[in-house]
Order: sequence, then structure tokens, then C-alpha cells
Amino acid sequence: MNDDQRRLMNRLQQGFPLVPSPWRALADELDLEEAALRQQVDDWLADGTLTRFGPMFDVEALGGAFTLAAMAVPEPRFEAVHQLLDGLPEVAHNYRREHALNMWFVLACDSPAAVTRSLEHIEAVTGLVVMNFPKEATYHVGLHFPV
Amino acid sequence: MSDCISPSDAALARRLIELTQAGLPVVAEPWQWLAAELGLTEADTLALLTRLQQGGAIRRVAAVPNHYRLGYRYNGMTVWDVDDDQVDRLGALIGREPGVSHCYRRPRRLPVWHYNLFAMIHGRSQQELDQQRAHLRQLLGEARRSDDMLVSSRILKKTGVRLPETLARTPSGIPDEPSQHSAHQSNPKPDTGSDHHA
Repeated sequence: MNDDQRRLMNRLQQGFPLVPSPWRALADELDLEEAALRQQVDDWLADGTLTRFGPMFDVEALGGAFTLAAMAVPEPRFEAVHQLLDGLPEVAHNYRREHALNMWFVLACDSPAAVTRSLEHIEAVTGLVVMNFPKEATYHVGLHFPV
Repeated sequence: MSDCISPSDAALARRLIELTQAGLPVVAEPWQWLAAELGLTEADTLALLTRLQQGGAIRRVAAVPNHYRLGYRYNGMTVWDVDDDQVDRLGALIGREPGVSHCYRRPRRLPVWHYNLFAMIHGRSQQELDQQRAHLRQLLGEARRSDDMLVSSRILKKTGVRLPETLARTPSGIPDEPSQHSAHQSNPKPDTGSDHHA
């Protein structure tokens, strides 16, 4: 990446201007050519350097409900429990983490009540204790990777 | 539903999610494009985007890099046991650090789990990750009673976070951000919209 590309990448991560003719505003700010900026973003989207360009929504603010939960799954049962959770559409993410609590998953539901039902369902079908770690406060969300 | 978002804005937000599921088109006048699709003026479209951002339904309009491509291949979930009286101040403090992508307060689950502050950190090397963790430890100072860092060794499932049914008119939903890929996954799925991480 050259210096201009670095500046553009860093700037685009901070936010795209909510003003008329945003590319021109960005081009003026960075002292680069407007059409070249768009071409660069197109190229980055095409080659996978950027995974998205556009609004980032917080589905929770629009009525969805989420939680992070964890279980200590006995090793002999790990695969079976993994498969069980795989079959549940509300399980959006599931990670093995190296800890006594070795399975960490995110539930994405329509409502807080549906989250509670899902947690109870997982406990019932696995016979394991599910530790629920709902967010109590959000201090920061935002990926910014300076280059 | 957030108190900050009116029902009419929520309806427009649904349209907006559908329209920009694949991202904002890279055209000279993207707000005019969006305005035409929404049946609004450009000024009203910009006002809507600003309101949704202020109300929290849109976190930001931005480019999301594939952090693996940028060299950020290491991540860890750092967890901290800090004073409840100080957790809000400390969460805001470490949340501001550039290597931290998500920072939340969550409940303790005693006696198994002592930690009430969670921060995902990212780095370009194990050393950078360790340095970041050490830096957070230093920032937390004497308020830190204990801490740990959990590293994901395997992605068991990573699908898109689906839109709530009440919002979704299309079945494709919105995948979550690529925040926690393990080092084994070199080519994360495209991220198509939600900035949320539970």
C-alpha cells in the first residue's frame, strides 16, 4: 500500500461524509482525485481488501436481541454439543476458546424473551449449565485498523 | 425499539437495510441514488441517515477492511475483574485504545467467572497482542484484581446475524462484523452490514 492508499484506508474507516457529493468532499480533504478514490474503493471491494462499504446497522437498536453465552463442555461431548448448536438458527457465532468455559456463542433473536427461551432450550437439550453474559453496558464498538 | 427512533424512521431503516445489504453503490452521488430509491430528497435522506446514526440504529457509514488482509491476524478476548464502582470509567478508558474493537460490561458468574469487563483486542503479531494486553493492564492499574485472555482456537459457527423477523422482509439477514476470526481462517466471509457484536 502506498501513502495515498494508506491515508484513504484510514480515513474511510472513520466514516464516509454525510454531505452532498461525499466523494468530492473526501477528495478535497485528502487532496486526491475524486474518480481515483472511487476506483480504489471498487478495486478494494473486488479483491477483498474491503469486506463492506456502507452503513453499519445496530440491529439491536431496531428491535433485535443478542447475548453472549458460554458453556463448559466435557471434551468427549464437545463435537455432539457443537452439532446441536449448529442446528439452532439463532446461534449466530460459536467459538471454541481455550478455557474451562470452552464454548462461547452469540444468540441473535427477535426479542429478549426469545433469548431466554433459547438459553433454556440449550440447557434442556445439552443438560449443561449455560452461563449468560448479556451486555450491561457498551463502552466501545468499532473496528479501526490503522495501516 | 430504541426510544430515539420514530416508527416512520424505523420503517425507512428497514428499507435502508434492504437497499444497502450489499453495501452502498460506489457511484459519484450515492446519496442521490439512495434518495431516489427511498422516494425522498437528498437533503431528507441525509437528515434520515444523521438521525439514525444519532439514535444508534446506524453505528456509522464507513468502509470495513478485511483485517486479515491488513495484517491483523491475532485477536483475544481480554476479561478483567475490576471494581464495580469504577467499571464504567475504566471501560470507557480502555475502549478508547486503538487495538480494542469491542468493550462491554457483563455480569460476573461466581464462583466460576470473576470478570465484569470484556475487551476484544487485535494485533499484527502475538507480541503486539501481548503488548496491548499489558498496556490495558497498566491502564487499569490497581483497580484490576485479576484478568485473563481467551483465544479462539476454532470457529465452530459463523453465520450472519439474521434480522429480527419483525424487521426482515428478505431472508438473507445481516452478517455480523468479522471481529473474532481465529488465526486459522484466512478468508473471512464478506461482511454485509451489521456492526453489532453481542
